[in-house]
Amino acid sequence: MEKDETLRSLDHEYEYGFKDDIDPIYTTGEGLSEEVVRQISAAKNEPDWMLDFRLKAYQTYLKLPLPTFGPDLTKIDFDHLNYFRRDAKKAVRDWSEVPDQIKETFEKLGVPQAERQYLAGSSAQYESEVVYEKIKEDLARQGVLFMLTDAAVQVVPDLVKKYFGKLVKPDDNKMAALNSAVWSGGTFIYVPKGVQAKVPIQSYFRINAGNSGQFERTLIIVDEGGSVNYVEGCTAPNYSADSLHAAVVEVNVLKDAYCRYTTIQNWSDNVYSLETKRAQALENATMEWVDGNLGSKVTMKYPSVYLNGPRARGTMLSIAFAGCDTKGRGIDSDTGARMVHNAPYTTSSIVSKSLCKDGGRVDYRGQVRFNPDSDGSLAHVECDTIIMDDQSASNTIPYNEVLNGNVSMEHEAKVSKISEEQLYYLMSRGISEAKATEMIVMGFLEPFTKELPMEYAVELNRLIKYQMVGSIG
Amino acid sequence: MSELTISDLHVEIAGKEILKGVNLTLKTGEIHAIMGPNGTGKSTLSESIMGNPAYKVTRGSVKLDGQELLGLPVDERARAGLFLAMQYPAEIPGVTNAEFIRGALNARRPEDDPISVRELLPELYEKMAFLDMKPEMAQRYLNHGFSGGEKKRNEILQMMMIKPKFAILDEIDSGLDIDALKVVSKGVNELRGPAFGTLMITHYQRLLDYVIPDKVHVMMGGRVVAEGGPDLAKRLEKEGYTKLRDELGLDIELTDEGV
Repeated sequence: MEKDETLRSLDHEYEYGFKDDIDPIYTTGEGLSEEVVRQISAAKNEPDWMLDFRLKAYQTYLKLPLPTFGPDLTKIDFDHLNYFRRDAKKAVRDWSEVPDQIKETFEKLGVPQAERQYLAGSSAQYESEVVYEKIKEDLARQGVLFMLTDAAVQVVPDLVKKYFGKLVKPDDNKMAALNSAVWSGGTFIYVPKGVQAKVPIQSYFRINAGNSGQFERTLIIVDEGGSVNYVEGCTAPNYSADSLHAAVVEVNVLKDAYCRYTTIQNWSDNVYSLETKRAQALENATMEWVDGNLGSKVTMKYPSVYLNGPRARGTMLSIAFAGCDTKGRGIDSDTGARMVHNAPYTTSSIVSKSLCKDGGRVDYRGQVRFNPDSDGSLAHVECDTIIMDDQSASNTIPYNEVLNGNVSMEHEAKVSKISEEQLYYLMSRGISEAKATEMIVMGFLEPFTKELPMEYAVELNRLIKYQMVGSIG
Repeated sequence: MSELTISDLHVEIAGKEILKGVNLTLKTGEIHAIMGPNGTGKSTLSESIMGNPAYKVTRGSVKLDGQELLGLPVDERARAGLFLAMQYPAEIPGVTNAEFIRGALNARRPEDDPISVRELLPELYEKMAFLDMKPEMAQRYLNHGFSGGEKKRNEILQMMMIKPKFAILDEIDSGLDIDALKVVSKGVNELRGPAFGTLMITHYQRLLDYVIPDKVHVMMGGRVVAEGGPDLAKRLEKEGYTKLRDELGLDIELTDEGV
């Protein structure tokens, strides 16, 4: 019966479309300038090297053009975005210290009981900073560092300096430059040599104030032979003005190490989600991206793995769903992955599942590159799309570059409608057309959902099922 | 007792008339067999009764206890009491067999009273054991990568779980070895009783040795041309369809003739 209630709460407006009236304690106001960049750095009491990094990145940001491919970004009103705000004075460590209003937010989000237990050991980003953060004790005992990236700059500056901005340089793209200039919040994780961080580390964050941008900066280092499973979920309230989410994620998986980075994003339909996620896997290391994108107005995201050591492995398993916003305008999801084979005997796999309806657009844009040193490497790319109606569209845009003759590359792409044959079969057992469609869609996405932690899978299933309602006839 | 009445059924596929006026009445408690050479419209008959959108009914009626089924969507026909064991069941990756069967049972229950797993699983596993199916088949994706025999058993499993009034078995014996045929037959015989009627479509007499029909109908050229008891099937097995056609003086070319 709890399930029914959840379904009822999924109103036709964006389900988490509420906003709390928490006054920010500090904000730089609307717009961006060198002065704002300095203010952000000063507010965080940063060392000079980070201020320098920000200022240089700001200059780069001014010079770089918006991406020339994919969705239209010209409607983003950069002058009226809020680049930095702070709501609570410090990150709190204990649940009892979390402001009631913020707890209420989690309540409204319907975070299941099981996840609240997880929350005791995770950080929840509220506005531009994490206000709740507590390292689960066993993680701490294992020597795993898990904190705000802002804090890491103060606590482990040498480690941050060594890796920060190295995989994603500010001049990589305009959004990466912007993030580098104004970044705030995000997660820092360091897993020491040989340590297996058993509990999936979860983090919640969402955008709350209209026009406020979020520029998290996540940096993960898994030292030799270590392993970590990081899970993040995002949801955002509906708000009238466009919001921008331009995160940068850098993941370093050192020799023999393992990292899985799982993301479920369900931004409200006014959000531009433009992210740069990049990982490197050294010798015999494994990097796995599990990435689900639902909602938002525009999503552009192409997580990559640079396979920099022999026998490194990289995988990307993703789903993208594009429907329409509350005004019936189709949303635009332009996502994919990049695998760069820089060493011998490296393997990569990309499995992309996309779904569009009600005028939504899902494009897969991916790249596999075999550089000259990639002898004996393998890549497998599989893109499956279901287009639910005639108003929706999908394109598969693969770029493959092969600069070594001794490699193997497989690419499969399939775009289809819901199969009439499958529908007929299910209906011949008495299952309604709507329910049968839902079953086929859930089955299509199953290779993805089965990889998620249970609570996420349940939540995702509910969302997709809800999204399927009314797609028939 | 329920009754399924097919009257003067005419069906086209892609503009070509396949069924040219089929009349047939089935009652619960009865087992009927339809035999006939290839290309004679047997599968067309079963698909049209179920409501496959690829088949266009141009005339006639199909009534279940007086209710006209033609024009009803496939799922409503199923919930009215029809079941079709298909010759080529669809594969649905990502949906487990158990989930699917639960969905089919829930479709017949009030929305606020779905079947519980505790209620479902014991019966499911019992019926699977009866059909010599390994328990892990419940968790495999529906028909996905199933062998021909596994698919047929799975059709019978669904039939046993759903317990329809009328089941049409479209060449349930094709591609089965003798052991699988025995198992499938056992399933049909298990349901045999006053609340269940079946129409078995087959080329061969063999199935009818295990599931003894009350009536046998022979189709040729889109019509039922002969009717009788189990002896008719035995005679066909011995003498072939050509002889029957010639005896009846029918001007029909059989698809496989002269092959």
